[in-house]
Amino acid sequence: MRFDTVIVGGGLAGLIAGISLQKAGKSTAIVSTGQNALHFFSGCFESIQEAPQQVLDIFNEAGIRVHYKPGVRLMPMGTFKESALSLDDVSLFPTPQFGKRVLIINFMGYHDFFSSFLAEGLEKQGMECRIRFLTLGELTQPELGPNEMRAVQIARKMDDVWEKVVQEVRVLLKDEDTVILPQVFGLKDASVPTRIRQGIPAQVVFAGTLPPSVPGIRTQMQLKKRYEVLGGTYLMGDRVTGAHVYQDVVQNVVTKQLDRHYLEADHFILASGSFFSKGLVSNPFKIYEPLFELDMDYNQDRNTWYNPTFANHQPYMGFGVKTDANLQPSRKGVPVKNLYVIGSILGETHPELGSGAGLAIRSALKVTELITK
Amino acid sequence: MDNGIKFQEYTESTYNFEECTKCTVCTAFCPVLQVNPLYPGPKQAGPDGERLRLRDPNFFDESLKYCLNCKRCEVWCPSEVKVADLIQSARLQYDTTPPKLRDRLLASTDFMGKLARPVAPVVNAVTGLPLAKTAMDVMLKIDRHRTFPKYSASSFEFWLKRRRKEQAVFSEQVAYYHGCYVNYNYPQLGKDLVKVLNALGVGVQLLDGEKCCGIALISNRLTKEATKNAKHNVSVLSKAVESGLKVVTTSSTCTLTLREEYPSLLGVDNSAVKDSILMATRYIYEKLEQGAKLPFRADFHKRVAYHTPCHMQRLGWGIFSEKLLRMIPGLELTVLDSACCGISGTYGFKKENYETSQAIGEQLFSQLRAIQPEVVACDCETCKWQIEMSTGFPVMNPISLLAEALC
Repeated sequence: MRFDTVIVGGGLAGLIAGISLQKAGKSTAIVSTGQNALHFFSGCFESIQEAPQQVLDIFNEAGIRVHYKPGVRLMPMGTFKESALSLDDVSLFPTPQFGKRVLIINFMGYHDFFSSFLAEGLEKQGMECRIRFLTLGELTQPELGPNEMRAVQIARKMDDVWEKVVQEVRVLLKDEDTVILPQVFGLKDASVPTRIRQGIPAQVVFAGTLPPSVPGIRTQMQLKKRYEVLGGTYLMGDRVTGAHVYQDVVQNVVTKQLDRHYLEADHFILASGSFFSKGLVSNPFKIYEPLFELDMDYNQDRNTWYNPTFANHQPYMGFGVKTDANLQPSRKGVPVKNLYVIGSILGETHPELGSGAGLAIRSALKVTELITK
Repeated sequence: MDNGIKFQEYTESTYNFEECTKCTVCTAFCPVLQVNPLYPGPKQAGPDGERLRLRDPNFFDESLKYCLNCKRCEVWCPSEVKVADLIQSARLQYDTTPPKLRDRLLASTDFMGKLARPVAPVVNAVTGLPLAKTAMDVMLKIDRHRTFPKYSASSFEFWLKRRRKEQAVFSEQVAYYHGCYVNYNYPQLGKDLVKVLNALGVGVQLLDGEKCCGIALISNRLTKEATKNAKHNVSVLSKAVESGLKVVTTSSTCTLTLREEYPSLLGVDNSAVKDSILMATRYIYEKLEQGAKLPFRADFHKRVAYHTPCHMQRLGWGIFSEKLLRMIPGLELTVLDSACCGISGTYGFKKENYETSQAIGEQLFSQLRAIQPEVVACDCETCKWQIEMSTGFPVMNPISLLAEALC
């Protein structure tokens, strides 16, 4: 099967590249090994300090509600982080003191939302907090099962009964100016968080839960849908296992499910992610890119790979595939002519492109521009 | 120094279960978990449970029977853990209760087909009677809402055998693994395939006595019978493959069973034949890609919605059916968001699963009600029964649509 471009990896980087290439009239296929980092998405596009129209258009056209307001956002453990472009789910404030009295709502029996840590963090900022647990029939064991009190399971119930939560909160609300709710709303319908805000007579802030991320899964579904509406071919649950490279030009890639039916293209984009997605692989002796064996940018001395203090910045997170200014990689020093590398597989090798979601989006758009030029 | 790397190759766990990072992606999408709280979910039933079962088989949990084996958890898993295989193999290995009479009856598609064919009109009339449905519901716990597929008075094998000579004329040949459904219930699909392949200049042969692929036997824990069928099928498939034939199929579930379940769940080695077993839509797409032409009618027009069956999704081959449908002039195609229809073979026929089955299917049915297609295209016969019963929209295999669109 032949396409203009084949993209290896269906996370944020792969989807943004796929969408923008389809918009430019190119035919593309994305090969995705299962789900991706969007399932752990905070809802905030990390390292994006500006709001380029091109990015806003992609989200708007996919029905993804974003807002741009440089400031800080509330983290799941009650701390704050500088942020600018976020999903509407995530509130952005000029300063951490976003309220005076806060009502924090949790669900009885739900352990993936840290209401008391949140309260502790906010009290440090001088806010007064009150925690209340809601008991909803829909979230009891016979309805939800024994093991699955998780964000997505709650969110599925909330799709039908979110109005009940609004009513309960209205009853509980005393003199608080702010209500904090867990991010478990609007899995199917992105407008629900906004409607909840309209229904509660106080400022409503949604705070992150343990994964899976409800806003992240919704975003992934919306982007994939948009990509398919634009005519893209998303091969879910397959894995690129090899590639044929002839005279430094990638001819095709081989996938596990399509085996001898190769995917051919003029251009190839490697968006296979970092260590978690096995875009990069480490063993006791080396770190490598398993598909093309591309040249890597990292320190060979294993003792320098990690920092013994777990919470510190870990050097291995900075390792990535070595590329030129056009994000083109090489093998044994020889450039591969029609291959581009985007997203977290780049590690911190291009600090100018940022990290996380920022890196995914910027590198995807840059490569789209190079390919369509 | 690189010798040490081999160490990792030798630590690969059964069904890759140690690769599970507890990311919970599988639980976010499991169709059963969304509607049936009695099911512990793919993570708990699969890799989490496996750790316990390896320690002590008493940790086996009977509620694993609620797993549909749709394999969507495997499609979504970022770490390539064979979650559904873990669950199914645990059921085969640790569940010691003997399968019920009902389960045996439902699973024996081959046997029932042979029995019913000579008296097909009578069987069809009786299984359609409200009284008979009530009796099966009460006595066998086969849900009364279900409609049994009608039996054909004449088998597909009989039909094709009579055409052996005209098929032999074609210089290019394939073998066709038709499965029980085409043979006993719906020979027309087989006839449609023959029409399309003949139009491409390809003759169709039967295998030397195929048996049921055995998926229903596996789901109902009739391991011995399933293994017997698997060994038999691999041997007749080998015969065809050794003589240089490709084997085409029209059922996504039979295909997945022949290709994946035999080695994975039954321990039957199919490596000599696996690569030669192809869904007909893939075989035909590849022919057309290489330049073959089909004579399409000019006056064909149909609004079609394509439903990717779960096992087609797992095979990763939905793309071939989709692209093939797009090649048909006058066919207006909508590809549905891939969702399980809920029936999963014999699962949905069981009284205790009926409600779960219909609740799961709702995601798919609501899409169909919104689109109102003329026809639903799909590569699986049990999806066909479920969609037709639950929505009223007629369901056709892509091959039958292709046949209808030809001159």
